[in-house]
Amino acid sequence: MAALTPIFRKPFWLVALVVGLFGGFIGLFVGTANGSGPLGVLIGAALLIVLAWFYIYVLKDERAGRGITFAGLGIAGFAAAGMPGLVLGAIFGAIGGWMIYWMYEGRYRAYVPPYLTPGQVLWHFAFRVICGAIFVFLITPILVVLPLSFNAQDFFTFTPEMLRFDPEGYSLKHYRDFFSNNEWQRSFKNSLIIAPIATIISVSLGTLAAIGLSQSHVPGRRAIMAILISPMIVPLIISATGMFFFYSQIGNWMESTLGLDKNLVGYIKVVLAHAVLGIPFVIITVTATLVGFDRSLTRAAANMGADPVTTFFRVQMPLILPGVISGGLFAFITSFDEVVVVLFVGSASQKTLPWQMFTGLREQISPTILAVATILVCISIALLTTLEMLRRRSERLRGMSPG
Amino acid sequence: MKFTKTLLATTALTMVAGVAGADDHMASEMTIVSWGGAYSKSQLKAYHEPYSAKTGVNIINDDSSAEAVAKLRAMNEAGNVTWDVVDVVAADAIRLCDEGLAMEIDADTQLADAPDGTKASEDFGDLLVSDCFIPQIVYSTTFGYRTDLVGDTAPTDICAVFDTDAYPGKRSLEKRPINNMEWALLCDGVAKDEVYDVLATEEGQDKALAKLDTIKDSVIWWSAGADTPQLLADGEVIMGSTYNGRLFSVIEEQKQPVAMLWDAQVFDLDGWIIPAGLSDERKARALDYIMFATDTQRLADQSKYIAYGPARLSSAPLVDKHEELGIAMAPHMPTDPENAKNTFLYNYEFWADYRDDIDAKFQAWLAK
Repeated sequence: MAALTPIFRKPFWLVALVVGLFGGFIGLFVGTANGSGPLGVLIGAALLIVLAWFYIYVLKDERAGRGITFAGLGIAGFAAAGMPGLVLGAIFGAIGGWMIYWMYEGRYRAYVPPYLTPGQVLWHFAFRVICGAIFVFLITPILVVLPLSFNAQDFFTFTPEMLRFDPEGYSLKHYRDFFSNNEWQRSFKNSLIIAPIATIISVSLGTLAAIGLSQSHVPGRRAIMAILISPMIVPLIISATGMFFFYSQIGNWMESTLGLDKNLVGYIKVVLAHAVLGIPFVIITVTATLVGFDRSLTRAAANMGADPVTTFFRVQMPLILPGVISGGLFAFITSFDEVVVVLFVGSASQKTLPWQMFTGLREQISPTILAVATILVCISIALLTTLEMLRRRSERLRGMSPG
Repeated sequence: MKFTKTLLATTALTMVAGVAGADDHMASEMTIVSWGGAYSKSQLKAYHEPYSAKTGVNIINDDSSAEAVAKLRAMNEAGNVTWDVVDVVAADAIRLCDEGLAMEIDADTQLADAPDGTKASEDFGDLLVSDCFIPQIVYSTTFGYRTDLVGDTAPTDICAVFDTDAYPGKRSLEKRPINNMEWALLCDGVAKDEVYDVLATEEGQDKALAKLDTIKDSVIWWSAGADTPQLLADGEVIMGSTYNGRLFSVIEEQKQPVAMLWDAQVFDLDGWIIPAGLSDERKARALDYIMFATDTQRLADQSKYIAYGPARLSSAPLVDKHEELGIAMAPHMPTDPENAKNTFLYNYEFWADYRDDIDAKFQAWLAK
């Protein structure tokens, strides 16, 4: 087949334009790291354009051309910056060499419908580049902290040892610090106490509110809805200030009149405050799933003699469960990530993980924070993967195809 | 149905566990507020651990000293003071004392005497700058520089900071006028004992800002004590001001190529206050803690963990070696004669009077 595919060689200026853009883009980063961004752009673009000219008009052998670019840039990188230079140079060379022939031989046309105009082909690839860039900007900040958390030094810096891939430059001491330091352990424990309880409260109250507010006979339901989701709209710092004074009074009353312990009161205050913040998420997601819920089912259940509570748990709940669970996830993350309200409402015994990270970042820029961040990222990935697998499993059991 | 029952049972169980867990340390718990980092760690080792061992009191750390004044005001208004002992700088202690947010402490009756029987008020001497404040350490704000980035002649003079010809590169300065204005005037030819007289005038303030203007383009402004150590370690700045204990940690513990520039270091004090309005039981416990934590031996012990000078005269001879590194701490103290050849005394009264005006001017200048 390959021999039958017609090859339309592209004009040199087009090849030069595209590989020049790519070279310039990479050159921007290399140049900025070495002191001059514009110079890097020029050198990167010129390098790839010259190589393209050389391969197309002089060498005329694809395999050799790509090999030379790959090995040559890798060696140049090694000469300039050691191991990391080798890796980055080789990657740059491999992509650059591939791109020159990809453009010149018109291979980029191979997987798009043949009737597209050049403008549409351009958009086809521009769209993919934009999507890729969005992923890169979302993911890189998270990926950057992973290697830094293994730093052998107490700074947020890639040390020369780390860049040389010298084992001396890496250490697990920040992970050890997290697991052995009382402050971190206490705040981790607090987060694990506060977030689940706050989530349970938000989910129960939020689901009930959403079901109630979806009944058409409730008077003023739009106004009630607006009030219930207001914690999401009001700037957090303002709700936090209000909550501080409000819960101080309630806390004093619980301590003096009810005689509750100071610590317990502290936890109750933070849990209630976080539940309030989580409720809007539950209401919104559950309301959204209720739109697709067929009301005649509840009437059918009533017809067969089920009381409203049984109807709710046996008929309605299973059908709106996806909304309840995702609302619960949002509520959990809100509480688990929250720093402003807990700083105001909580006292030091209720210090949560975000609070500890916040003060740690301000008072001592310690990579322990990065170690914690890495652990949290892994936990989040594990949690989401489990949920997704459970979802697929239940769909399979119900005889639907996963999707 | 089963689902709800499980939920309810879990909730109830957690609540009960919370109450039970809270019960056994409720009678003997106190919250101590400090700055966090290596400083809190030194207090933990020198004061909290021995105190807990002696009395069984459980101490909870809150790293909130940076916003202590604002938080104490809010707590006082809400009638819910959750802190028992607070570590603040002297200037904040004076403000808190003036506003009635801190309790007055009588040095002679409520603090321990020196081992030779000297009264506490005499042992602390001039450092008792407020009736509510028990000083703990003398620290200094001073400069550190990258030994590998400053060229062949290492800076020995504070004015190297303003000399971008001899020392090209970025420097980090604190994002507030205090200390920076004084250093600017010193390097603009004002004599040391006239600095505050000059700074009290409009022309003097403009003069200081004009001097700072000459290096404005090469300054990175910091607001947390950890910033300059990070910038120095990165090589993003060639020199920068911060607290001397932070620089000690960068040099001796982290082994970075950094050295101290002690010239014109500015001394300041840090110490304890007890918030006003505690219940009698909590107040008694806080006073008992302070009496223990500010005695001669405890203050000397703290210097085993961090390079700040003890505030008591009688503690100075007891300053020993660093607990982990085993190096003698005395030469790293800001008060060591070798380091204190040229020091600058921070003037509390001047800044109490002029802080708001000069702050506004400085911020306007920064934004220009």
